[in-house]
Amino acid sequence: MSARRAGLADRDGFLAWVMLLPSVIYILALVGVPFLLAVAFAFSDVTTGDPSYDFVGFGNFTAVFDDGVFWRSLWNTLLFTGCSMVLIVVFGKILANLLIADFHGKWLVRFLILLPWTTPVALSTISWLWFLDSIYSPVDWTLRHLGLIDQNVVWLGDPNTAMLSVILVQTWRLTPLAAVIVMAGLVAIPRDIDEAARIDGAGFWRRMFEVTIPLSLPVIAVAALFGAIMTFTDMTVSYVLTRGGPTHATDVLASWAYFRGIEGGDVGQGAAIALFLFPILLAGVVAILRAVRRLEAR
Amino acid sequence: MKTVEVRALVKTFDGHLRKRRGKADTVRALDGVDLAAGPGEYLVLLGPSGCGKTTLLRTIAGLERPTEGEVLIDGQVVNGLPPRVRQIAMVFQSYALYPHKTVMDNIVFPLRAEKAPKETRERKARWAAGLLEIEPLLGRKPRQLSGGERQRVALARALVRDPAVFLLDEPLSNLDAKMRATARDELKRFQQQIGTTTIYVTHDQAEAMGLGDRIAVLERGRVRQVGTPVEVYDDPADTFVATFIGSPPMNLVRRGDRLVGFRPEHLLPAESVPQDARITMTLQVERMEYLSGDRHVYGTVTGLGDATRVIARLPATLDTPITPGEPHEFAVPAGRLRFFDADAGTRAPAVPIGDR
Repeated sequence: MSARRAGLADRDGFLAWVMLLPSVIYILALVGVPFLLAVAFAFSDVTTGDPSYDFVGFGNFTAVFDDGVFWRSLWNTLLFTGCSMVLIVVFGKILANLLIADFHGKWLVRFLILLPWTTPVALSTISWLWFLDSIYSPVDWTLRHLGLIDQNVVWLGDPNTAMLSVILVQTWRLTPLAAVIVMAGLVAIPRDIDEAARIDGAGFWRRMFEVTIPLSLPVIAVAALFGAIMTFTDMTVSYVLTRGGPTHATDVLASWAYFRGIEGGDVGQGAAIALFLFPILLAGVVAILRAVRRLEAR
Repeated sequence: MKTVEVRALVKTFDGHLRKRRGKADTVRALDGVDLAAGPGEYLVLLGPSGCGKTTLLRTIAGLERPTEGEVLIDGQVVNGLPPRVRQIAMVFQSYALYPHKTVMDNIVFPLRAEKAPKETRERKARWAAGLLEIEPLLGRKPRQLSGGERQRVALARALVRDPAVFLLDEPLSNLDAKMRATARDELKRFQQQIGTTTIYVTHDQAEAMGLGDRIAVLERGRVRQVGTPVEVYDDPADTFVATFIGSPPMNLVRRGDRLVGFRPEHLLPAESVPQDARITMTLQVERMEYLSGDRHVYGTVTGLGDATRVIARLPATLDTPITPGEPHEFAVPAGRLRFFDADAGTRAPAVPIGDR
């Protein structure tokens, strides 16, 4: 008789919990707890030298807001994120077209397109450090031999070119991800529709802007969202490439929080700066997800 | 009104997977097709799935490149030309409406692509919408339409640019059975009204018979027969056409090196066939079906050739009593017999069948 009774494994509700539990624990332990700690630290005077907890209210925030570097890095973060996101989406769309195209040797092209994404960030950024070196830069060497410049551009030494370099490296790094996401959207468009447009006499550009892009817009928005979030919270590229310099020209919120909180030892202020990422990120995510839902409902 | 012609058309697809293993595996979707549709003609391509009919249509449209042979529209070879300069309009099986555009925008899309002025676009779209009675739907999106309405929108979109040829790829297969009959009737009247050369692909013989001026029967990439519905039905060129067309299909009885064919509706109880020119045979009745008034009699015939299972279709007007399990004398009017070569399957000269 007992063999006939429904076992624990037959109860969907129970099973669902068991299956979800590892990821719930993982997220709570590695995202939830640190987040709460950051909130707690932001209202304390904890430093690396004096870890005892004393509540200081909004003291850290006033100190942070009074600091010009904070506003500079906030502006840098927005500029860095905005420019990178646009470039990532545009290049992602172009590469996605290459990924779905059918030609000889496409496996090699696909491999090369995905390479930047699979290389560890620190490693690829160090290669870029050499690429953009003030003396030995192969980029400058090429440009010089093409007669485009007279002497080396000091990419990372000038505030403007330093920002440009950070944006370009970030774009280079995240474009493959966007390309794969957009590719999924392009593949999902029924082939009939593209063929109907061909027969209706639409050329390449008309098909692209009137058929392909409108139909894959929700997916493009998702690619933009990923690009934005991963850029907004990223400090690796600017940390490895410029250490936030020259004179904070490429400091972003994440790197400034790190310099303040960990290298500078003022954990409280570091947490306060890092916490500032949260509402902006939240607003961005909500806005984009809303846009996606509106598009899907059409 | 333009002509469309294909000459010695061959289209092969190669299987990628097998090729890598060193076994070249190419599928000949079209294997030397010669076919022509005259000006204003309604030509139906009929065949089982995988016979190459859709590939043929897509090759004419320019969506596929022929491996060999030529496609001619209005006497011009259009082989290398992209679809947009071929002046063709196509209605897809799925209709392929642009889901993000309104019905109006869907219809004017081909006109915008050819950069027609705004007022022309407007006028032609209204005209096409009027012809297909979809004016009230112009502001809607495709997902707000029923299957039949989508089909009309697809037709209107095809119609606005005065195409040289209409290509229709199973446009009725997504409709439910009831809608299909009305839509078929509308399609035919519509084509007669505008008089554009039309090539229509279907696997449904009722559609083919009802719509086509001529029917081209395809099988495995080859044209088996081209002819009017009456020719294709009454004078099939080979056993494939004989058994593919007709429901139930033509009965084939082997007699020596010939196959003797006759339609189920011509196999009738001997007493209802005029005596002067008839071939009689004994039918061992096995089973009967009663379908929309007609009686379908399943049984084995002897006396004509090898004993063979055949089907007889007795019209509702005939009330000869037939009992399953018992033999009954049946007959076919001699003029209704068709002879095929038993090995090749092609039509063969008649052989005398001794009458009693």
